[in-house]
Amino acid sequence: MKKLFIYIKPYWKATLAAPLLMLIEVAADLMQPRLMAKIVDMGIATGDVELVIRTGLIMIGMALLGVCGGIGCMIYSSIVAQSFGTDLRLDLFKRTQSFSFASLDKFKTASLITRLTNDVVQVQSLVLMLLRIFVRAPFLAMGGMIMAMMINFQLALILVFAIPILAVALSYVIKKGFPLFSKVQKRLDKVNKVMQENLTGIRVVKAFARSDFENSRFGMANDRLAQINIKASRTVGLVMPLMMLVMNLSIVAVLWFGGIKVNNGSILVGEVMAFINYMGQILSSLMMLGFMLMMASRAKVSADRIIEVLETETDIKDAQDAKDQVITAGRVDFQNVSFQYQGAAGNPVLKNISFTANPGETVAVLGSTGSGKSTLVNLIPRFYDVTVGNILVDGTDVRKIKMENLRASIGMVLQETILFSGTIKENIKWGRDDATDEEIIQAAITAQAHDFIMKLPEGYNAVLGQRGVNLSGGQKQRLAIARALLKKPAILILDDSTSALDLGTESRLQQALKKYLGNTTRFVIAQRISSVLEADKILVLEDGQIAGVGKHEDLVKNCRVYQDIYRSQMGEEAV
Amino acid sequence: MSTQRNNSKEQPPFSSQRRVGPFGGGHRAGFKGPKVKAKDSRKTLKKLWQYLKRQKKGLIMALALVIAGTVLSLLGPYLIGLGVDTMIGPGRVDLERLGTIALWMLTAHVLSALMGAMQTYVIAGVSHHTVRELRKDLFEKVQMLPVRFFDQSSHGELMSRLTNDIETVSNTLTQSITHVLSSIITVVGALGMMLLLSPILTVISLISVPFGLALTGKIAKGTRKHFLAQQQELGALNGVIEETISGQRVVKAFNHEEKVIGLFEGVNLKLKSAGIKAQIYSGVIPPLMGVVSNISFALVAGAGGWMALKGMISIGIIASFLNYSRHFARPINDIANQFNLIQSAIAGAERVFEVMEEEVEFSQEEGEVPLKDVSGKVVFQDVTFGYQKDLPVLKNISLTAEPGQTIALVGPTGAGKTTIVNLLTRFYDVEKGSITIDGKDIRRIKKESLRKKLGIVLQDAYLFSDTVRENIRFGKLDAADSEVEAAARMANAEQFILRLPQGYDTFLSDEGGNLSQGQRQLLTIARAILANPSILILDEATSSVDTRTEMHIQEAMLSLMKGRTSFVIAHRLSTIRGADLILVINDGEIVEKGTHSELLEAQGFYHQLYHSQFKRGA
Repeated sequence: MKKLFIYIKPYWKATLAAPLLMLIEVAADLMQPRLMAKIVDMGIATGDVELVIRTGLIMIGMALLGVCGGIGCMIYSSIVAQSFGTDLRLDLFKRTQSFSFASLDKFKTASLITRLTNDVVQVQSLVLMLLRIFVRAPFLAMGGMIMAMMINFQLALILVFAIPILAVALSYVIKKGFPLFSKVQKRLDKVNKVMQENLTGIRVVKAFARSDFENSRFGMANDRLAQINIKASRTVGLVMPLMMLVMNLSIVAVLWFGGIKVNNGSILVGEVMAFINYMGQILSSLMMLGFMLMMASRAKVSADRIIEVLETETDIKDAQDAKDQVITAGRVDFQNVSFQYQGAAGNPVLKNISFTANPGETVAVLGSTGSGKSTLVNLIPRFYDVTVGNILVDGTDVRKIKMENLRASIGMVLQETILFSGTIKENIKWGRDDATDEEIIQAAITAQAHDFIMKLPEGYNAVLGQRGVNLSGGQKQRLAIARALLKKPAILILDDSTSALDLGTESRLQQALKKYLGNTTRFVIAQRISSVLEADKILVLEDGQIAGVGKHEDLVKNCRVYQDIYRSQMGEEAV
Repeated sequence: MSTQRNNSKEQPPFSSQRRVGPFGGGHRAGFKGPKVKAKDSRKTLKKLWQYLKRQKKGLIMALALVIAGTVLSLLGPYLIGLGVDTMIGPGRVDLERLGTIALWMLTAHVLSALMGAMQTYVIAGVSHHTVRELRKDLFEKVQMLPVRFFDQSSHGELMSRLTNDIETVSNTLTQSITHVLSSIITVVGALGMMLLLSPILTVISLISVPFGLALTGKIAKGTRKHFLAQQQELGALNGVIEETISGQRVVKAFNHEEKVIGLFEGVNLKLKSAGIKAQIYSGVIPPLMGVVSNISFALVAGAGGWMALKGMISIGIIASFLNYSRHFARPINDIANQFNLIQSAIAGAERVFEVMEEEVEFSQEEGEVPLKDVSGKVVFQDVTFGYQKDLPVLKNISLTAEPGQTIALVGPTGAGKTTIVNLLTRFYDVEKGSITIDGKDIRRIKKESLRKKLGIVLQDAYLFSDTVRENIRFGKLDAADSEVEAAARMANAEQFILRLPQGYDTFLSDEGGNLSQGQRQLLTIARAILANPSILILDEATSSVDTRTEMHIQEAMLSLMKGRTSFVIAHRLSTIRGADLILVINDGEIVEKGTHSELLEAQGFYHQLYHSQFKRGA
């Protein structure tokens, strides 16, 4: 938790002001019973009307002063909490932006989003609580105790019995209730999981006519949830009445012993009344403190998750002697490259890969799913760093080139097409902010996207996403390609990004690419042999190793794996 | 899933303290849009009542306990007053009377606490049983809904109804009902007691309440406005986060980290200022309620003191009043808080009931007969069908599949191939024409028994989070382990299964995420083999695996197809060359039919399609 408190530091003035102002409210609250006792014991007892009225007015004044303090505390604590949350969120976000792909793999997208949203909110509300309740409750309790002791020390001894009982009751909830609630959460997850599986897999369930089976599976999870829910609710439900009982019995005790003391003259009636009120204040603020502690331990989970992100160091960053080199030619050399994902056991994903891609060449990478094709191209822009060996771009090891320069010169179209909300034009322009409209259109034409864009009612200004037009997979792929083309990269990587295009479009695209990016080195990952036929160099990957390099004509003669793939796609008679 | 986690059960089920959430109600804090108000609260409440009614006994008991407990606790301040009145001065305290009063108080509080405990005990059972019934009915309903319903509704939205909304209802049932009830009784009861003790002092002590209420009302209005603004900024920020984090790889590939951070920073700051405003507005209410309570306290002390001097009331009455006035502010504040919760719960319940009211697919069961032994002759006769009226996807399709034949359906995307499967399984029913199996119209056959005779392998190999063994067993629930293993062997799957860490007992996480596409597909084939269907449908079963893996799977599929009428849908033509009959479908119509070689010779659409796939290779 300490790590997060540095985010409060910049707002230390407000952080101090909030509790101080809260003290005003606490003081006002504490003065009320005392003043009331004065009215009863001095005003009424002596018949002093003026004193009664004057004290009454003071009490109102106190109340107003108190509310000023309360509101002031509230304003400052709101500012602190919101600023804290805002800064924390920004830092978290910046951190995720610096993450390597390996860290992204580790955290998973959904979990990162939760950490940035919900977890920050949790911690932020804890800060708010700390500044308000955590100050208010203990001070009110302590102040109340002091006031009570000042009135009558012996009577205050009742608290010596009441407080331990309260403490025991509270620790009982925390001890018993907490594990139960985490069990509840687990069983709830299970119920929701079955629910979700049945939504996604509804066709399978229906196709196999398994509704009864699923009903009973769900019924079991559901019963178990209800069972533990009831148990948890009942366990913690006992605490509230128990605490109320402790509080009320203490009041009864005050009344009884107070009566005895009034009788022997050691205390006044008004003081007994004030004492009863202090009793209420003390015990209810202790209860509140207990609940807040429980909430704080919940926020702790969130805090830990946030810290985990903050503490993840970027494992891929610019070396100190990184060169400010601008990549112009686009020559790529793999020298004996092996790669293994961090923490993964077993065989490396890539083993001893060596080849050269000359400027302007098209290098196709072919191989079955899981053979390491995507991994191979992900190493070029340093999405991951090689485990063994070197990758050179224009003769320099990629680890010695400033990442910004390196990535600026590589146009990458990923396997999974990701577009952002906004217009088509904005999406293409993502590739280069200062691109002119002509350049955008040129890129779209090359990517074979212009025609379908123009068919949309709003053309380039059509809005994508949930409220806008829905594009087909092939159309999205072409937009992603146009985006990468706009960069005019020295190296273009298409990671299986033409899979949804029909053969005619794909072939036109390849022709256009050749024309548009004559000097650009192109890497093409493909499933279909027809997509790689015209490549200058085909790398055939098998289990992370190069099983063959060459042109189609050579490979079809000498490479067994290539022949296999060829046969599987073209049929026996084709070979 | 995880976003919903923190407003669910971890919230301790007592919540009488001030709610200090980051965004107002600590409960619903989260990144969600403002809860929409229910359209017809009364109707929804009526339906909810149908569920609560089943727990009538418990409910009545709980209510009785709440009422009795609250009334008993209201006696406390009154008895304090009586007690104080016994203390006239030194030596003049009526200790005997005070003792009796103290005993009465003791009894009242102990009973009240007991009832409180019993009430929580009972209501926990009532509410969780109710929610369990609700969940169960909802799930069973989902099982009965037609595929059309799932095709037409947004997945995330539906999931949110089935999880988040029902959780909201659950939380409200457990917490709010008795809470509100006891708050109302407390306010009314305290008011009654005060009026009984001294009408004049009651009026005086309540003078500040209308001011307080008016003020809070006004603030609440502003709060709502600012909350809405905050929710909007929150939504915007959430959008940015979601988009950039899921698109993180593209952001990196394009060097756009700085740009994205700038974008985030802007929205983040906007949220900050909106958040501060909303928080200040909502945060003002507790201190204001505090001041109302304190002013009442002062007024009671001052005016009460003056009245006591005049002999109009006793000091004890002041003592009682002081305690009652404390009972006032908090419950009112609470009711306001709970009211918001209840409102969103009703809206949630309404969304849940909307699902419950969807039409089920098994509604016209009469006249349907179970399907017994099937030889597997399938006939489509002039079948026309469209998902939307006047937009036919299939037009006058007629085909005949003899028992044991393999029928291949080919054609471009959107031609209507999958629709044929949807009709054969009765996921949808035909509009015109008929489909018969062994001469029986499938609309006359019970859906369940029809589907039991069909084996389907879909493109998206769907696995459950369970062991490999149970996933295969899904095809035939009472299959022995040996049968499961035999099916896996036939599907060419045993080899890789045995290499998994725990073999057949390996747990598949995340819908089989730890397996490759090809492996997952082999498991679904094993599942279909185990089901031993009479008619087999392979809908693009291999199109998401590479061609070499496909060859491997093909072997398994051939053993599955042996002796069964099979429908194979594929867009890779290499996979269907061996079919007995190939139907070429375009724009919802059969444009060509014949065997592979016949169709090639015809030099028609199939020939074109075939060569567009192989042209540059062959």
